[in-house]
Amino acid sequence: MTARMDRKFADVASEGRPVLVTYFMGGDPDFETSVSIMKALPKAGADVIELGMPFSDPMADGPAIQLAGQRALKAGQTLAKTLDIARRFREEDQRTPIVLMGYYNPIYIYGVDRFLTDALDAGIDGLIVVDLPPEMDDELCIPALAKGINFIRLATPTTDDRRLPKVLENTSGFVYYVSMNGITGSALPDPSLIAGAVERIKSHTKLPVCVGFGVKTAEHARAIGASADGVVVGTAIVNQIASSLTEEGRATDATVPGVEALIRGLSAGVRSARLAAAE
Amino acid sequence: MNEAPKLNSFRAGPDEDGRFGIFGGRFVAETLMPLILDLQAEWDKAKNDPAFKAELDNLGAHYIGRPSPLYFAERLTEELGGAKIYFKREELNHTGSHKINNCIGQILLAKRMGKTRIIAETGAGQHGVASATVAARFGLPCVVYMGATDVERQAPNVFRMKLLGAEVKPVTAGNGTLKDAMNEALRDWVTNVDNTYYLIGTAAGPHPYPEMVRDFQAVIGQEAKAQMLEAEGRLPDLVVAAVGGGSNAIGIFHSFLDDEGVKIVGVEAGGKGLDGEEHCASITAGSPGVLHGNRTYLLQDGDGQIKEGHSISAGLDYPGIGPEHSWLNDVGRVEYVPIMDHEALEAFQMLTRLEGIIPALEPSHALAEVIKRAPTMGKDEIILMNLSGRGDKDIFTVGKILGMGL
Repeated sequence: MTARMDRKFADVASEGRPVLVTYFMGGDPDFETSVSIMKALPKAGADVIELGMPFSDPMADGPAIQLAGQRALKAGQTLAKTLDIARRFREEDQRTPIVLMGYYNPIYIYGVDRFLTDALDAGIDGLIVVDLPPEMDDELCIPALAKGINFIRLATPTTDDRRLPKVLENTSGFVYYVSMNGITGSALPDPSLIAGAVERIKSHTKLPVCVGFGVKTAEHARAIGASADGVVVGTAIVNQIASSLTEEGRATDATVPGVEALIRGLSAGVRSARLAAAE
Repeated sequence: MNEAPKLNSFRAGPDEDGRFGIFGGRFVAETLMPLILDLQAEWDKAKNDPAFKAELDNLGAHYIGRPSPLYFAERLTEELGGAKIYFKREELNHTGSHKINNCIGQILLAKRMGKTRIIAETGAGQHGVASATVAARFGLPCVVYMGATDVERQAPNVFRMKLLGAEVKPVTAGNGTLKDAMNEALRDWVTNVDNTYYLIGTAAGPHPYPEMVRDFQAVIGQEAKAQMLEAEGRLPDLVVAAVGGGSNAIGIFHSFLDDEGVKIVGVEAGGKGLDGEEHCASITAGSPGVLHGNRTYLLQDGDGQIKEGHSISAGLDYPGIGPEHSWLNDVGRVEYVPIMDHEALEAFQMLTRLEGIIPALEPSHALAEVIKRAPTMGKDEIILMNLSGRGDKDIFTVGKILGMGL
């Protein structure tokens, strides 16, 4: 639903800091561990959760997220089970917005209407579907908005001022600015360039602008959070999970605590971002 | 699907959003949208520009060797005892297949757009070789993504690409075949948007690729139609082509789509049989889904995860198919059928012995269907088949299966 998202951004803004958006892959390395990771995220300081829906052919993702998807699929993850992860999370947390992120085909095969009904039921607040540009809005974006689920769009350095209004037209919740041309997990570009891009987008919309792709450390989070309304961290979390697994790809005692420690550090980064900006 | 609608023409698609019925479209990440729109604008200008057409025709005649011959396969016809069999001999083109038709067209576009780097994906290596060839001809650096499995089984083509100055990047993700190579090429493209042109090898992907690649390949059918009228004074009764992504097939089909008396058959890779998992028959055994920028028939599981295809022929080893084929299937204009690995292998040997032509394993699938149908047709009937590539690249694969020491 859209209200939970708006409330969260308003609450965090009133604290005078950017929002910390955290991505992880549903079902990586297995269903139960995923549920534990998701429950741990807000406790460690995450404000919004992006729950990855694994796909066999993640064209816009780098190797880290691709491998995470492969681990999840191998462990038997499906779209229905990803919705179940959200349901389990909602049993104890009704305040943290959840955004499903992935590719269109699993949703298309699940059936758009059935998917939107089940997603609302599971407590989903928004969708990021990488391979549905505004030209394809009739597929999922318009039906999702009609049901009260946010459709969050990616803006990129190639999205020029001519195109930006089209990209923003049916976007809701927040705008996800991809800080570079490329795949997830690449190197972080110069923060001053990012600040300029955020300003450019904000001149076209009242929506909050969150920045991602390349954010790995608390220092990055702090630098980007100085100008953006939110900071998205994905690959760093996925890598943290991967590094904690056994050789066979199974979870260990270090898996969940490792994610918690990383998020606490990133959270401290976003909490000091505006102080850094004021210095 | 629905009853075939009464259409004025089967050749009018796609619409301005790149759709053939429900198929096609532009399902790509936002980073790529501006590039795809630029490409479309350039393509719209180029296709109506007489200078572009003149350059294409000139290179077609003097570099590719067009028109390719229409050949009456006399001994094969006698052996099968039915319909007269003609081959459109695309295997005689420069680089040995139809792939060059599209590559020449697209690299001229890349030049017009001021791009300075070419990337391509390849399965069997025919498109990789054709891309490396035109890149050499126009002096542009070229990176070819190729599944690691394919790198191994198509070693001669890998060597050719390297000789031509291309960099071949093996892709190990997934099964290391064509779909994985395409994923990797798309990743390269989103990372290097400013200078890079993605030269897609088949009539699939986001709009305008399916239309553009079809139009570059449509020369096959245009020539064949004129040549058939010249040779026989009439159109063929049946047109047959192999379908992987489907560029050689749409190339020969397109000119005949509105000719009511011409039956058209596309042949998919049946692999080891449709009952198991080891095949690549996207239409006969798949369902509509969204992958690589378009909606089309795909091999996928109940959760929408894409399956790996299997075929003896690396060029047919793609779990999808061009969107126009999906539409032509659903409206009932073209019939799609599977041919198994062993049938293609038998056809390969038969043509080699009877006509002295070593076909690639891809058109050997089309040939196997011709071998089934010709004896059931009258001697006054005519079959036209697209002999889309030559088999030099496949002799090691075939030799291994037949147990010949090479």
